[in-house]
Amino acid sequence: MNSQPAPDTPARISLSVSNLTVCYGAKRALGPVNMEIAEKHVTALIGPSGCGKSTFLRSLNRMNDLVLGCRVEGDVRLDGQPIYGSGVDPVEVRRRVGMVFQKSNPFPKTIFENVAYGLRIGGMRDRGEIAGRVEHALGQAALWDEVKGRLGESALGLSGGQQQRLCIARALAVEPDVLLMDEPASALDPIATAHIEELIHELARDYTVVIVTHNMQQAARVSDYTAFFYMGDLVEFASTDTIFTHPSQPRTEDYVTGRFG
Amino acid sequence: MRVREHTDQEFEQELRHLREQLLLMGSHVEGIIGSSLRALLERDSVLAQRAIEADRVVDRLEIEIDSLCLQILARRQPVASDLRFVTMVLKAVTDIERMGDLGVNISERVLELNREPPLKPYVDLPRMADETQMMLREALDAFVAKDADRARRVIDRDQIIDDLYAQIFRELLTYMMEEAKNVYRATRLQSIAKYLERIADHATNLAELVVFMVKGSDIRHPDSRADGGKN
Repeated sequence: MNSQPAPDTPARISLSVSNLTVCYGAKRALGPVNMEIAEKHVTALIGPSGCGKSTFLRSLNRMNDLVLGCRVEGDVRLDGQPIYGSGVDPVEVRRRVGMVFQKSNPFPKTIFENVAYGLRIGGMRDRGEIAGRVEHALGQAALWDEVKGRLGESALGLSGGQQQRLCIARALAVEPDVLLMDEPASALDPIATAHIEELIHELARDYTVVIVTHNMQQAARVSDYTAFFYMGDLVEFASTDTIFTHPSQPRTEDYVTGRFG
Repeated sequence: MRVREHTDQEFEQELRHLREQLLLMGSHVEGIIGSSLRALLERDSVLAQRAIEADRVVDRLEIEIDSLCLQILARRQPVASDLRFVTMVLKAVTDIERMGDLGVNISERVLELNREPPLKPYVDLPRMADETQMMLREALDAFVAKDADRARRVIDRDQIIDDLYAQIFRELLTYMMEEAKNVYRATRLQSIAKYLERIADHATNLAELVVFMVKGSDIRHPDSRADGGKN
C-alpha cells in the first residue's frame, strides 16, 4: 500500500518521494514512504497526532534539517531534481517550496514589509518591482482589497484570518512552486476558515498545495488527493473521493469514520 | 464489513437505531404483502382490509427514518461506510414504502375479487407470491447480515419473477378471450401479478443498495456508467 502513486491522475508529478525515512535520534518517526504529489492539485495529509504527517510535510522543504538529531534518508525530488542532493542549497529549496504554519506569524513590521521581506533577502532592490510583486501576492492571497489602503500599517493590527492570509501572501511573493500548509485554519473561526479554504482552491490553479489538517471535513472539502498516515506509515493514498466514500484499507476506514481507539 | 464500534457511543447508538427502524419498516411491509396474499388465496376480505390499514404505520416510519437520516447527515457528517449506510437507508425507505403501497393495491384488488365467484384455481400466482416474498425477506436479511453475496443472489432471482409474470399474463389472456365476463376478474388477477412483479423489482433495488453499502461499488445500470460496469 506504501508505494502507489496518486491514482487516475493525468496531472504532472511535482514532488516525488521515494523510500523517505525520518528518524529523531534512534526513533523512527516516519517511513519508508513512497508518494507522488500531483502538480497544481491539493493533497491533504491526515492521521492522528504523532502519525508522522507533519514530519513528512517538513521533509518536503528540508525544514527537518533545522531539527536537532533529525536524520532524513531516501529521496525527494522536486520536478525531477533531488532536494537532498549534495550542493543543493536548502534556502533555495525553501524558496521553491513555501510554508504556512498553524499559527499565523507575521513579523512586527508593516503589511507591505511582511510581504516584501522574502524578496529583499533574496536580493531584489527595484522598488517598483517589489511593489508589483507585493500587490500580486496580496491579490493571490485574497487580501489586497482589504489592505490596499493601509499597507504602511502594522501587520499585527490585522484579524487572525487576515494575518494568516498575509502569511500566505508572504510565502507566495517569492514565487514558489509548492505551498506546504500545516493546519493553516485550525486557529481560525468558521468564516475565516471558509476564506482560507476558498483561497486554497484558488491557489491550486497555480501552485501545488500540500496541507496537513486534523479536520477531516476540511480535507474532504479542499483536497483532490488524501494521504492517511498512521504510526509513521503511509497507510493509504488515493483520490479524496475514494478515501471518504470507500477507502480500501480497514485502518483508513476506522480513522475517517471515527472508530479509533 | 467489520463490526468495530465508533469511539463516540452516541453516534453508534444513532446508527443502530436507524438500522432497527428500517428493519421494523421492512417487517411491517412483509406483513402487509403476506396478509394481502393470504387474503387473496383464502378470500378473506377482513384480512385485506386490515392490510390496507396497516400501511399507515409504514408511512409514519418512512417519515421518521428520513428525518433520522437528515439529522445524522447534518450533525455527524458521516463518511465512508457510515455515509454509504445512511444514503443507502435514505433510498431504501422509498423502495420499501412503495412495496407497502403495492401490498395495499393487492388487497384492494382482493376486495373487488371477493365480491365475485372465483375465476379459477390459482397455480402460478401462489408460486410467484412465495418467490416475491422470499426475495424481499432475503434482501432484508442481506442488509442485516451486511452480506453482499446474499444480496447478489436476490438480484439473480428477479428473472424467475419476470418469467412467472409472463406466464400468468398469457394464461389470463386466454381466459379473457374465451369469455367476456371473465375480463373483470382476469384483469384484477393480472394487476396483482403485476404488483408482485413490481415488488420483486423493488426488492432487487434494495439488494443492489445492500451491495453498494457493503462493497462501495454501484452495480446498477452497468451499461450506462462511465467505468462500463467494471465494478
